[in-house]
This record gives sequence, C-alpha cells and structure tokens, in this order.
Amino acid sequence: MDLTFIYDSFVRLLGGVPLTLQLAFSSIGIGLVAAILLALMMRAWFRPIAWVAESFVFVFRGTPLLVQIFLIYYGLGQFRPVLDEMGIWWFFRSPYYCALLALTLNTAAYGAEIVRGGLQSIPAGQIEAARAFGMSGLTLYRRIVAPIALRQALPAYGNEIILMIKATSLVSTITLMEVTGLAHKIISETFRSFEVFFAAGAIYLIINFAMTRLIGFAEYKIAPDLDRANRPAEVH
Amino acid sequence: MQAKSFFELMQWGPQGWLDEMVFATGLTLAVAIVGFLFGLLFGTVAATAKLSGSGLARRVADVYTTVLRGIPDLLVIYLFYFGGSAVVTSIGQMMGAQGFIGLPGFLVGTLAIGIVSGAYQTEVIRGAYLAIPPGEIDAARAFGLSGLALLRRIVGPQVMRYGLPGMGNIWQLVLKESALVAVVGLSITLSEIRLADLVVFFETRFSDLLRQAHVAAGSTRQPFVFYITAVAFYLVLTTASTWIFRRAETWATRGMRRV
Repeated sequence: MDLTFIYDSFVRLLGGVPLTLQLAFSSIGIGLVAAILLALMMRAWFRPIAWVAESFVFVFRGTPLLVQIFLIYYGLGQFRPVLDEMGIWWFFRSPYYCALLALTLNTAAYGAEIVRGGLQSIPAGQIEAARAFGMSGLTLYRRIVAPIALRQALPAYGNEIILMIKATSLVSTITLMEVTGLAHKIISETFRSFEVFFAAGAIYLIINFAMTRLIGFAEYKIAPDLDRANRPAEVH
Repeated sequence: MQAKSFFELMQWGPQGWLDEMVFATGLTLAVAIVGFLFGLLFGTVAATAKLSGSGLARRVADVYTTVLRGIPDLLVIYLFYFGGSAVVTSIGQMMGAQGFIGLPGFLVGTLAIGIVSGAYQTEVIRGAYLAIPPGEIDAARAFGLSGLALLRRIVGPQVMRYGLPGMGNIWQLVLKESALVAVVGLSITLSEIRLADLVVFFETRFSDLLRQAHVAAGSTRQPFVFYITAVAFYLVLTTASTWIFRRAETWATRGMRRV
C-alpha cells in the first residue's frame, strides 16, 4: 500500500467532485419539481392524467438507470435528422445534458412515489379542520398539506439524495469525467486499483457523510418537537 | 441501404436479434440470482456479527455496511474486476505464468453485486431478527430447543417471514444493478461454462441484456430499437418479480392473524 500514491490519486480525483456535485444537485433540484408535479398528477381526478404519471413512474423505476442513460444518449442518436430539424440536436449530442436528463427523469420517478406517500400520510381530520377554518386551494396546500407532507417525506427523500450522489457515477460510462470516471482513468493508466479505490471511496464517503448530517439537521429543523434521536438520554 | 423494420430486426434466428436478446435476458437473470445469493451469504454473516456479543465483530460489520452503502456500485465492480485480475496475475507470475490473467466476468460481476447487496441485506436480516418477539425465543428455550433446532424451527422461519418485503426491494435493486456488469464487458463463452461439447454453440457468446443491446445497436446502427427492447425486457423481469414476491408474502404470512 503506497500512501503517497493514494494521496496523489485523492488530489487528482478531487477534480471530479465539482462535476459529481453539479450533476447530483441539478438533477435532484429539477427532479424534485417534476416529482411534485407527477405526484399531483397521480392524484388527478381525471384518470388519464394519472395514468400518464403512473406509467412514467413504472417505466423509470422498473429499469436500470444505466439503460436509461444509454437509451437517451446512444438510442436517440438514431433520430438525429429529426432532432436536427427540431433544433434540439445540440442537447442530445452532449453527454452532459443527456446524463442530466436521465438522472433527472430517474429521480423524478422515485421522488414522485416519496411525495405521494407524504401526501397520503396527511390525516383527513387535519384537512377537514383547515376547511372548517375557511382555508381552501393554495392556502390549504401551503399551510397544512405541504408542511406535514414535507416532514413525512424528508427521511425517504434524504435516502434518495444519497442514492443520486452514488448514481452520478454511472455517467462515467458516457465519457463524463466525474470522480468515478477519473478513477477509471487512473486505474487504466497505473493498474493500481486498490489505491485508487480507497481514494475514490473516501471521497464518496465524505460527501455522503456530509449529506447525511445535513439532512438530519434539516429533519430536526422542520420538526424539532418530533425529534427523538437528538434528545438528551433519559436518566434511569 | 434500406433500414430494416423493427419486426425484421426482432426475428428469431440468424436473421434477427430476438434470440440473442432473450438469451441475454437469461444471463442477466442468472447474474442477478447468483449475485443475490452471494449477498444473502454476506448479509447473513454480517447480520450475525452485528447481533453477536462481540464488539470487534460488530464494528467490522458496521464498517462493511457503512462503506458499501456509501460508495457507488460501479466503483466496487471496477475494484473487483481490475483489482481481482491484478491479484490473480501476480499470483500467477509467482507460479511462473506470464502476462495478464483476466478473471471470468461472471464470477467477478456476481461477487461484486453480492458484496454490495449483502450490505443492504444485512440490515434487512438484522431487522427481521429483532422483530421476533423475545418471548417466542424464551418459550422455545423453555421447551429445550437450542442451537440449530432453535434456528431451524423458530428463528429461521420468522426471519424469512419478516424479512421478505425488504428482501423483495433488494432483489429489485440487484436486478437493476446487474446492468452494471455490462460496463466491464461480461460475456461468457460457452466453453467457459464447460459446455464446450456442444460444438455447434462453441463460438456463441452470451452477453448480459444491456451489453447485448449495445452490441446489436452498434452492428445495426439502430440503437433506439435495441435499447427500448432492453427496457421492455427489464420491465418484464421487474414486473414478474413484483408479482412473485407478492405471492410469496401472502404465502409466508398465511398463518398470521390479519388486523
């Protein structure tokens, strides 16, 4: 085990961290908006709208992300003339945008199920009480539904964020040089997989550890009264 | 040259790719099943360590589950593929062999998937064990059951019952994770699985579903057709699994009181 080499690899791999984080956060951000829309669509009174959202979620949750990435990046290349004519070929030509699109659609599908679960968890009595107070429409959503659903959904959404950070590693298969892509490059140059693995693994563990703490802090912030884990231990 | 239609491409036999895609689905399923079973093995060992009184064993198991759940699966597959081959090559050189020795993709891929899914299975097995009411184990001990008999008659069946829903989720993960082995180019020649006697198939190579789609896409220049077919085959696998696990859960909880 060569410590200087691990350190050198670690420093080189840090160059991939911005791309990893950028992909993870952009896809999670856009994906969350899409997830909320999908969850609302699934509750639509007009069933065909719900079917569209349900089929989307079914397909994206039922297939590997890697296949989705390949389908978008390589698969859509088959329709290049059409995409060229529509003026959107620049988007599908770029591995970055294709990766971002695949990650966003994927996390939107998983997120939709989490948001749906959060919305379902709201006790009917709370909504009835709010209506009795004269709230309706947006006010009801803003004051009652959203806060309760957020509390309910945040732990599961935290898991999804960690999964997405790990999932960004797959974009290295379409030539993007984020942390895993760089790790693969260093391994192929030096054939020293153990050292590179330690360095890359450490980077992901640090990122995910920080994210876990941040999510835990957010959970505490939005529901301090419900928090049990951070209370001082009871004295027996 | 006129592009072939979807149905021309998806014929059974030497003209089309349907047979290759179906065999590839079989290999993907095999990778997932073997990987899942490896994971069950690692998960059981790690769960036992976590539940044991030994502080050291518990800490080792904690490190295992934390690390393997915190890093990307692709990184683990790279480690096994490149690292495993490096180890075997250096052992081979010590024994006088020359050059680079590659490991069979199937073994490396399934072991890597097993190590990763084992980390998730550990928590499911541990949770299922803790869900057993302690009174049942006390009662079994009062009846004189201990060791293997206790495990086989009381603990084992209940761990399976409580763990089934969690295991269903992990199986779905493993099924989708098996696509990653396409990256390190898993394809096994039939000679490797010792069917060399079937001379007719000697040169045939089976690839996993995603790699097969990739190969077919490259050779026909119709990538969308093959990737969308791979999507459809994966959906068949995941939907069938959902159905099977739901049936299994109904069966496993048949003796339980419904609330």
